[in-house]
Amino acid sequence: MLNVEQIAVTFNEGTPDEKRALKQINLELKKGEFVTVIGGNGAGKSTLMNVISGNLIADVGNITINDKKVEGLAEYKRSRFIGRVFQDPMAGTAPSMTIEENLAIAFSRDKLRNIRPGVNKKRKEIFKEYLQTLHLGLENRLNARVGLLSGGERQALSLLMATFTEPEILLLDEHTAALDPARAELITDLTTEIVKKFDLTTLMVTHNMQQALDMGTRLIMMDQGQIILDIGEEEKQQLTIKDLMNEFQKIRGHQMVSDEAVLG
Amino acid sequence: MFLSLFGAVETGAIYAIMALGVYLSFRVLDFPDLTVDGSFVTGAAVTAVMIMNGTSPLMATVLGALAGFLAGCITGIIHTKGNVNNLLSGILMMIALYSINLRVMGSPQISLMNDDTLKTQWGDIWDATGIDGVLNGMLETFGMEKLPSTWGIVIIMLLVIFLIKFLTDYFLKTEVGLALRATGDNQRMIRSFSANTDVLIILGIGLSNGLVALSGALIAQHGGFSDAGMGIGMIIIGLASVIIGEALFGAKTIARATFAVILGSIIYRVVVTFALRADFLEAGDMKLITALLVIIALVMPKIVQRRKEKRRRLAKRRALETEVSEHA
Repeated sequence: MLNVEQIAVTFNEGTPDEKRALKQINLELKKGEFVTVIGGNGAGKSTLMNVISGNLIADVGNITINDKKVEGLAEYKRSRFIGRVFQDPMAGTAPSMTIEENLAIAFSRDKLRNIRPGVNKKRKEIFKEYLQTLHLGLENRLNARVGLLSGGERQALSLLMATFTEPEILLLDEHTAALDPARAELITDLTTEIVKKFDLTTLMVTHNMQQALDMGTRLIMMDQGQIILDIGEEEKQQLTIKDLMNEFQKIRGHQMVSDEAVLG
Repeated sequence: MFLSLFGAVETGAIYAIMALGVYLSFRVLDFPDLTVDGSFVTGAAVTAVMIMNGTSPLMATVLGALAGFLAGCITGIIHTKGNVNNLLSGILMMIALYSINLRVMGSPQISLMNDDTLKTQWGDIWDATGIDGVLNGMLETFGMEKLPSTWGIVIIMLLVIFLIKFLTDYFLKTEVGLALRATGDNQRMIRSFSANTDVLIILGIGLSNGLVALSGALIAQHGGFSDAGMGIGMIIIGLASVIIGEALFGAKTIARATFAVILGSIIYRVVVTFALRADFLEAGDMKLITALLVIIALVMPKIVQRRKEKRRRLAKRRALETEVSEHA
């Protein structure tokens, strides 16, 4: 489904600040695979996400999604078949517009936008049905401005908007990191539920090792712009955070420095 | 008194088209677009010149609006494709248009006094209906002496402005309209939902200036002339209309906001008309009055809000104090 080949990105090349954010990354995701990505700050997780979403252009390498070459496609064109949820709960929705209007925007993602009303009776029913799956009562507040919702509600809505058109790839960029523990758990549960329901091919970046172990069907660990560990579903179920830390030390020859990677 | 009020509503309704254009750029797209000062004249100039050259007034008006649309699109292109700050791209286009408008007109001012315009054409149709006689007759029975020369313009302009309002409301709720509004609200979000923000900004600023130019075209025909300087300060008048309207009538929904902008434009005209009746003020002071009006409309709501907050806290504190003293 998603094929990342030989992707390399260097920032500030030729200056003292030069940083090789990604060094020849290779990654292949099969249809329906749910991969969690962990790694310390500066490991290249976000850069990888940005390269796939088209927010950033790679220096070299190929990206194919569902056998389509995408590296020349602008971000907005790729987003026809890539759903994204950002870390910032404010980033994924339009605050001054209503819930139904936001959903209508997301609903038009994979279609050509037209001069016909974005919200109609039929769509309202569809939106209500989808909102019910969030169990937040938002289906009764279709005309509420999204800016009035709490961070958790907004992130739940963002998640729904990113997924209900069943994109070919779903990118989650630490989408629970900015929420309080209770809200984060809600979004985590919703994510598992939604990804399963739509059978979405998913790449999820997280700082939280436990989350990375609990969720998904595969785990990769990144460090200094490389994928240093790739663990399949069965092996992943046996793993603990301690095993991951030891594994890191074995590969890198030094202890994992970033405490926040453990604590999330 | 009645006559100046009447005149204010008449011109207010025509300028309201321009104010709706400013609403589109300033509020919907969050793009403070100064092209308006130039594109208003562009609409007037193109229409006036075409009418003088024998084009039908309706066609000339449509083409005037189209010229404004193109000017707006260019501002949008400078901003999006050229990566130039939005304020600066508007100013650049405004200055460029000043020269272009002079070229179009061939002289700083041209008169339409001897030509057929939409105003004279509509006047002929209206006079044939004889409604003026009926309405003025009614006013006479109330004892009014000074009567408006025609009701035709006020009535047609109110019809036109509300037609434009409903079209705008409808458009902003279509799929493209929603994407346009989201572009002004959260660009990162709308890009992640497959909308080309560059194209939407170009389209939005184009539409905005199309409305502004349409307003200019009608003002030129209403006043019977086009002048290279008639657009100076137009953006501030548009802003004044938007801000006054929103402050007085609210902007909860799109329909409410566009309605507020139209009323804001009319109220602005009324206020200026009355201000100019004061002996110590001259016609040249109009821009100063406008600037002051906008400042007041921007600052007042904040002051009122702050005082309300203060009073609320004071009341709470007092309630707490009495409670405490009662217990003691």
